[in-house]
Amino acid sequence: MDFLLANPALLIASVMVAATPILLASIGELITERAGVLNLGVEGMMITGAICGFAAAVGTDNPALGFLAAAAGGALLSLLFAILTQFALANQVASGLSLTLFGLGLSSLIGQSYGGLNPPRAYRLDIPGLSDLPFVGRAFLQHDLMVYVSLLLVAGVWVFLNYTRAGLILRAVGENHDAAHALGYKVVLIRIAAIAFGGACAGMGGAYLSLIRVPQWTDGMTAGAGWIALAIVVFASWKPWRALLGAYLFGGITVLQLNMQAAGVNVPVQLLSMSPYVITILVLVVISARSGGAGAAPASLGRIFHVTQ
Amino acid sequence: MIRLEKRRQPSNVFAYATPVMAVIATMIFGGLLFAALGKDPVVAIRTIFWDPLFGQHAFYYRPQLLVKGGPLILIAIGLSLGFRAGIWNIGAEGQYILGALGGAGVALAFYPLDAWFIFPLMILAGGLAGWAWAMIPGLLKVRFGTNEILVSLMLVYVAEQLLASMSLGLMKNPQGFGFPGSRNLQQYPSAHNAEIIANTGMHWGVAAAFVAVIFAYVLLTRHQLGYHIRLTGEAPRAAKFAGVSPARLILFCLGTSGALAGLAGMFEVAGPAGQVSVDFNSGYGFTAIIVAFLGRLHPIGILLAGLLMALTYIGGEITQSSMGLPAAAIQVFQGMLLFFLLAVDVLTNYRVRFGAQTA
Repeated sequence: MDFLLANPALLIASVMVAATPILLASIGELITERAGVLNLGVEGMMITGAICGFAAAVGTDNPALGFLAAAAGGALLSLLFAILTQFALANQVASGLSLTLFGLGLSSLIGQSYGGLNPPRAYRLDIPGLSDLPFVGRAFLQHDLMVYVSLLLVAGVWVFLNYTRAGLILRAVGENHDAAHALGYKVVLIRIAAIAFGGACAGMGGAYLSLIRVPQWTDGMTAGAGWIALAIVVFASWKPWRALLGAYLFGGITVLQLNMQAAGVNVPVQLLSMSPYVITILVLVVISARSGGAGAAPASLGRIFHVTQ
Repeated sequence: MIRLEKRRQPSNVFAYATPVMAVIATMIFGGLLFAALGKDPVVAIRTIFWDPLFGQHAFYYRPQLLVKGGPLILIAIGLSLGFRAGIWNIGAEGQYILGALGGAGVALAFYPLDAWFIFPLMILAGGLAGWAWAMIPGLLKVRFGTNEILVSLMLVYVAEQLLASMSLGLMKNPQGFGFPGSRNLQQYPSAHNAEIIANTGMHWGVAAAFVAVIFAYVLLTRHQLGYHIRLTGEAPRAAKFAGVSPARLILFCLGTSGALAGLAGMFEVAGPAGQVSVDFNSGYGFTAIIVAFLGRLHPIGILLAGLLMALTYIGGEITQSSMGLPAAAIQVFQGMLLFFLLAVDVLTNYRVRFGAQTA
């Protein structure tokens, strides 16, 4: 605890790092859900991204290529989900679960020879003068680039959803796919694009874990981060800035409990380790109690779209 | 141009054919995967599906079929009730852990007392613990409308931490020389879930699984509650008009699936596993989701699907030791199965039409 209080700049910095993987995954899932598709495979896409990114980064010795590969891997896996739900008209909950189970297996299969390796170091922001500022520099301006990419992504998604025509169409598809179809929009294509975007973001979120936050590859290393990202989308009421808030709050909790573990606070380790999940549940309860169930969820969320005539 | 046309009635033929098609597709693509890993695909598939039943050492593997299939069937039966009604308990793994902790807790509390009532009490405690754990998402859903998928899943991670805490602390064997893990219940006759008939793999948990299959069958086909479950899944609005109480249904489905998962955990810890340890849970709660869908959420189907899935577990272990196939390959194989199943299931509810629109 002393360590935390002694250096608030370091605290802020570590919260941002802890929050970034979940932020990336949840901003992607947010777009998917705004298009009316509930993809519960975030965990599977994250872990697949984690190993794809790790393998590519180690293979090419270039972390940027790692993140690209992670995005590609996550998007590719999400297309399996797209085939199931958009063409085979399968139940979205079941399809998402299958994606998670499949992704967990696939990643551990690919990852067998990557245990114990160290990935190349990611490039860090270093603005002469600014990054060395006493407090602000350490807290905000010395991160790896992905932290800023994730923040830009939030802003971009916000602009896209609220100020562009394409964003309006995406929301229309999510709110009422029959009406959108009647207006001539390609519901299935738009949804596939949204699913792939969600997959790419989740993949990058996973790679952030394996390349920067941990940084190493271990089996099942996402440990529920994908599910927490799903919970954050609900917490955010499907709004980008609130997803940012949710992810950073969650990052704060994670950092706090890890620091308490490290400092040897007189609380059982397991109790601390379970706290992020318990707090996620509590937050979900508060949100759902306030909004009365579904709340701001897109009206067509999870429903199967089938053109009758 | 390929179009899908909704059937008035789900096809009976395809209801039976799709699981078989999914298994065959999985064998083909799984074989390709094994080939890509540099193993002979034909040998690998034969080792997984044939050798455990009819191979040279089949006498050793056949009992394992029941040992692995029992918990899968027991959990999947419970899950299928909720899945039918659109109530998604995906935290069976956590309820399984809690059941094991409940059962083992009772046993360890009575140790070393020798009494007939200990095992029945353990069954009760195991079922109750699983039920209570599933009631958390249930009550939150009913009271606040909280998403049961996320809550039940989060509770898996909480349960895993609880398991770690128990096997390192409260339930640790005081005579275990400091090693983590509880006393071995196999060496405590009053608590041991022994085989009912020696060397068959048939323990009380397997018996419970068979009873659950019969129970679920009767419930779904002969009982009003089962009718309500089916109605809610197939026509939610009609169910509402018919006066089905969603809250009661949610609590029943989640509670039952939790109790069955808890029982599965309890029978496992008192039998095949023997002790509470950090890595006690082995993913049965998640694999059971595949089993439930592969069995088309039908009790008899789940029985068969559970045995098939047990086969892939056993076959997977054999391929690991004899062919050096990684354990993860089997996990991918199982994931593939669910994937193909969902993909071909479209044929049950839709007709595939070629050419331009006619009607």
